[in-house]
Amino acid sequence: MSGFDKVVGSYEEAMAGLEDNMTVIAGGFGLCGIPENLIKEIRRRGTRGLTMVSNNCGTDKYGLGILLVDKQIRKMVASYVGENALFEAQMMSGELEVELTPQGTLAEKMRAGGAGIPAFYTATGYGTPVGEGKEVREFNGRHYILEEAIQGDFSIAKAWKGDRYGNLVFRKTARNFNPMAITAGKVAVVEVEEIVEVGALDPDEIHLPGIYVDRLIQGTFEKNIEQRTVRSA
Amino acid sequence: MALTREQLAQRVAQEFQDGYYINLGIGIPTLAANYVPEGVEVMLQSENGLLGMGPFPRDDEVDPDLINAGKQTVTMARGASLFSSADSFAMIRGGHVDLTVLGAFEVDCQGNIASYMIPGKLIKGMGGAMDLVAGADNIIVTMTHASKHGESKLLRECTLPLTGKGCIKRVLTDLALLDIEDGSFILRERAPGVSVEEIAQLTAGELVIPDLVPEMTFP
Repeated sequence: MSGFDKVVGSYEEAMAGLEDNMTVIAGGFGLCGIPENLIKEIRRRGTRGLTMVSNNCGTDKYGLGILLVDKQIRKMVASYVGENALFEAQMMSGELEVELTPQGTLAEKMRAGGAGIPAFYTATGYGTPVGEGKEVREFNGRHYILEEAIQGDFSIAKAWKGDRYGNLVFRKTARNFNPMAITAGKVAVVEVEEIVEVGALDPDEIHLPGIYVDRLIQGTFEKNIEQRTVRSA
Repeated sequence: MALTREQLAQRVAQEFQDGYYINLGIGIPTLAANYVPEGVEVMLQSENGLLGMGPFPRDDEVDPDLINAGKQTVTMARGASLFSSADSFAMIRGGHVDLTVLGAFEVDCQGNIASYMIPGKLIKGMGGAMDLVAGADNIIVTMTHASKHGESKLLRECTLPLTGKGCIKRVLTDLALLDIEDGSFILRERAPGVSVEEIAQLTAGELVIPDLVPEMTFP
């Protein structure tokens, strides 16, 4: 047993220590590359008052959307939430606080949060509702707003393959927000389709080094598709 | 006649140049990928982490791990690459994308755009649109010129919450192609059979009409 071995034996163990009112950062884009079993574990635990940070909030049936059923989420930080009727209802009634954040700014907030950068300037959102109340500075004749980094008590993410040390490889567009989400969590929990032995991954192919990963678990995935779109053969 | 969705997409595609990296928004902009001109090679960027987007998959090619920013299943073109959302928006913010095409509810003659929220009615979020309009120099907005009730969407000042301030320089509507310069819309082209007067009547913002306003041509 190595001190670098990140593998845990159960989903219960994977999310141990998650408490009410914590902030959780989740990887995924739509239903692509979401940590679906870790989300189900949060639902099973019944943790409440959560601040969830994720590009989207799933759909009515899948992904983070299932945490809305018992109103486990108090606040959602996301760029796009148009795929979920329950979300809209809770937002309109004021039960759910929503902080709409531009997608690139959200990715950068996570990246900065994991990289020890407390805030950064960006042109995105200047002169819009997103920029209201934020510091504005001019560089080379352009206006930029100051955006603060995000860190989570936990982060939950999905990768394709991982070795026991937590070195990760993602697959196609299921990478999306996952690498940054992992770096920005105090406890970073990752589920993968396959755990391989240390040394099985070529160091050159590793997308995210295991230093960022605290807990690793192998799961099976439904991989639901939001918009199955095909061309005729 | 006002342009059809297909004609709008065709006119957008006439702006594509060989070697362009292009981000196409959901809807009409996406359709433009079907009309890339002969001899022109472009690479489509999808902000969820794909450069070199291919056509929709055949039934047996569908991969839940490969989608576009509209959450539709897609394929990869030859020479494609994959990356994280942070890298994707570094491309966009860093000004590396040559052309961005997106839709809007309103634009005004100061180059402001409103496209993501109708307070009290539609609150879905901006997705990547705010980053795209702030990061790109070359943007085309595609939209209908007026609402179903005949109210202009090309305004003196946007009434809805802004997606970006002073960042739009070119608008393609179902009636006309217009540039935005020094606080005015400049009428550059009109849809076949649509008169300058008709366009002027449906443009609420300051409009400059050059002596010659050619009709758009379609192959």
